[in-house]
Amino acid sequence: MSAEPMGATDRKVGRTPGPRTGSSKRLARIDAAVGLSFAAPAVIGVLVLGLVPFGYVIWYSLHDWSPLIGEFNWIGLDNFSRLIADDTVWSSFLTTFKYAALLMVLNITLAMGLAVLLNQKLRGTTTFRAFFFSPVIVSAVAWVLVWNYLVAANGGINGALATIGIQGPNWLRDPTWALVTVVVIQVFKGVGMNMILFLAALQNVPAELKEAARIDGATPGRVFRSVTLPLISPTILLVVMITTIGAMDVFVPIQILTQGGPGRSTTVISYLLYRTAFEQQDFGYASAIGVVLFVVVLVLAALQWSSRKRWVHDEV
Amino acid sequence: MNGSTNRRRFLTAAATLSAGALLLASCSGGDDGGGDGDTPDGPVELRMVMWSANEGHHEIFNQIADAYIAENPELVSAVSFEPLTGSGYVNALTTQIAGGDAPDLAWVSEANAAQFVQSGVLYNLQPTFTETEGYDIDDLLDGAIDVWSADGEIYGYPFSNSPFGMYVNNDLLAAAGQPNPRDLMASGEWTWDKAMEIAAAVADGTSTTGFQASDDPYTNWNAALGAMWMSWGAAPWSEDGTECTFDSPEMVEFFDWFHGQIYDTGAVAEPGAEFDFASGQVGLRLSQLSSSTALGDDFAWDFVPMPEGPAGTVPVVGQGGVGVVARGDNPQIAADFLAYFTNPENSQLLAQFFPPPRESLLTVETLSAAAPALTEEQIQGTVIDQALVGVTKAGHVNMSEIADPVRVELDALWVPEGDAATVMPAICEAISDSLAG
Repeated sequence: MSAEPMGATDRKVGRTPGPRTGSSKRLARIDAAVGLSFAAPAVIGVLVLGLVPFGYVIWYSLHDWSPLIGEFNWIGLDNFSRLIADDTVWSSFLTTFKYAALLMVLNITLAMGLAVLLNQKLRGTTTFRAFFFSPVIVSAVAWVLVWNYLVAANGGINGALATIGIQGPNWLRDPTWALVTVVVIQVFKGVGMNMILFLAALQNVPAELKEAARIDGATPGRVFRSVTLPLISPTILLVVMITTIGAMDVFVPIQILTQGGPGRSTTVISYLLYRTAFEQQDFGYASAIGVVLFVVVLVLAALQWSSRKRWVHDEV
Repeated sequence: MNGSTNRRRFLTAAATLSAGALLLASCSGGDDGGGDGDTPDGPVELRMVMWSANEGHHEIFNQIADAYIAENPELVSAVSFEPLTGSGYVNALTTQIAGGDAPDLAWVSEANAAQFVQSGVLYNLQPTFTETEGYDIDDLLDGAIDVWSADGEIYGYPFSNSPFGMYVNNDLLAAAGQPNPRDLMASGEWTWDKAMEIAAAVADGTSTTGFQASDDPYTNWNAALGAMWMSWGAAPWSEDGTECTFDSPEMVEFFDWFHGQIYDTGAVAEPGAEFDFASGQVGLRLSQLSSSTALGDDFAWDFVPMPEGPAGTVPVVGQGGVGVVARGDNPQIAADFLAYFTNPENSQLLAQFFPPPRESLLTVETLSAAAPALTEEQIQGTVIDQALVGVTKAGHVNMSEIADPVRVELDALWVPEGDAATVMPAICEAISDSLAG
């Protein structure tokens, strides 16, 4: 492995340029133009579809906006004051954190386990890899609709349990089970993607390092803990970050499976935002919730990113 | 290029971007999207959003629109009917209005009628309806247009005025050794208690369920139970909508009774269970005329009036109305089109699918087209007789604020140990601010 990342070498070269001729300057300009033209669609996309709507959301959050009545009044930070005193918002954030934590633990543990198993030189691993990855490419709505029937009180899962004499719970109507059920359905949906990422990382771990550890007397568990895990830690960081961000704005399974119930046991913050905006027609307040959600996700991502120095072995 | 220059350029770009966003925002949001009453230079295109994507509905709508355009080429050049199907219909419609893209006409259900009328979303149709020759406004049933009216003016036309009745799977009832509801009607024993006794017997030990409400009671309480509690003399709020009456003795009695049908007798399926009447999995189902189109001859079925409750038999109608959106681009022309769309002749065409609110059209001949699967006896007894005297399901000016808190509080009832006497006051506490306005 290179002692210095490739980017750093390039930057060094860039800092000590030799004398440029007119021809090389022209080539550099052409290179820059080509590079910018390739990057332009993505940059324009981020600006138009990301930053401009975000600017709108901030603007709306400072207004009382009731579209049915047609009122759009400046109220400054009142929506944020109201939000701070709103128990429903904070209970929804708490539910979101529970959902995200449970999803992350289950998803990453399962994905890592599957990746380790599929990294063995055994027959049929390709088939299993395709099997576990296939839910990733299924439409989220179709996936959830099918599961809605499976986990119904009289659905397929309870029917199967009944054949062996077990009365299954009312998965989506029991406050104890509803959130767990949604998490498990989402874990099965997304675990394949994380599994593939881990598998790719595992396959890049140099065999000679593991071999050296074994020669030194390390058990398989110790090799995994002390050699493999540190070497794939950048991938773990990536997976933790994208899984967390994805979990913080979960919407489809909540809308289809539970509509936030029973009670508010599955009302996550993005679902509360949707209800506030589109069902209660309180667009200004919903925008304020959106702004706070953005800040929370940003802080979480920043915390995860800043923690990398403690545990990410080979920073990219 | 030094760091300072870079920072300056970045800040300039960010400021420009923010200014652009704010400028765009200021041009929208509160924009009312038209409706200023200016006379257009030429014929306009009208757009109506509707809940249904049914091809038959669209065919009739287009047929009427084409005839209107042929008669009024100087006013309208085209009418488009845009389906926004699914449970998010009202959300989608509201979003269009919020986004400054208000349609000219919109389909609205009775539950949202008060909210749309009172908030000023809908345009006053009274002058147009009154002045349109041959419209015959007096033919409209008083009870049918109540929720679409305010201060003596009409803001919407309930083109579908459909009574609730009970669909019966006679095969399941016979298999369970239960009496036929028509015989019970003849002997005056067709009551909610008897219906649930039958339902419990149907569900007992089978993979079917006994009774199914017109929607999911556990998520859509008003759509599912709103037609039932009236037979207990109950109502969710006072007539003026300002006082919660969920905690009234009648309402507590109704919910206590319904809870018992789920957890004591088993007549009603527990929350989260899935059954389908058209597939022969349900003994009794509360629904409307339009449900008959999904029924074939796989099993023997009937459609009978709602049973009698402690407060007697209360016929209830569910409505689909259409109104002109005041913030549309051409409300006056849209109102003129609506007056044509709902005149006596075109109401007869619409009656192929929707029971009309016009007394003169409530005939077996007219409604047979809407529900060919129903017999004359079913149409007369369960549809026409009920529509003439039916009351409309409850709605509220703040329905969108009220719906979710009620659902949340009701969830405490949908467990075996749920107690209506405890839950109903909690509902009133949760919605009292919204009711007060």
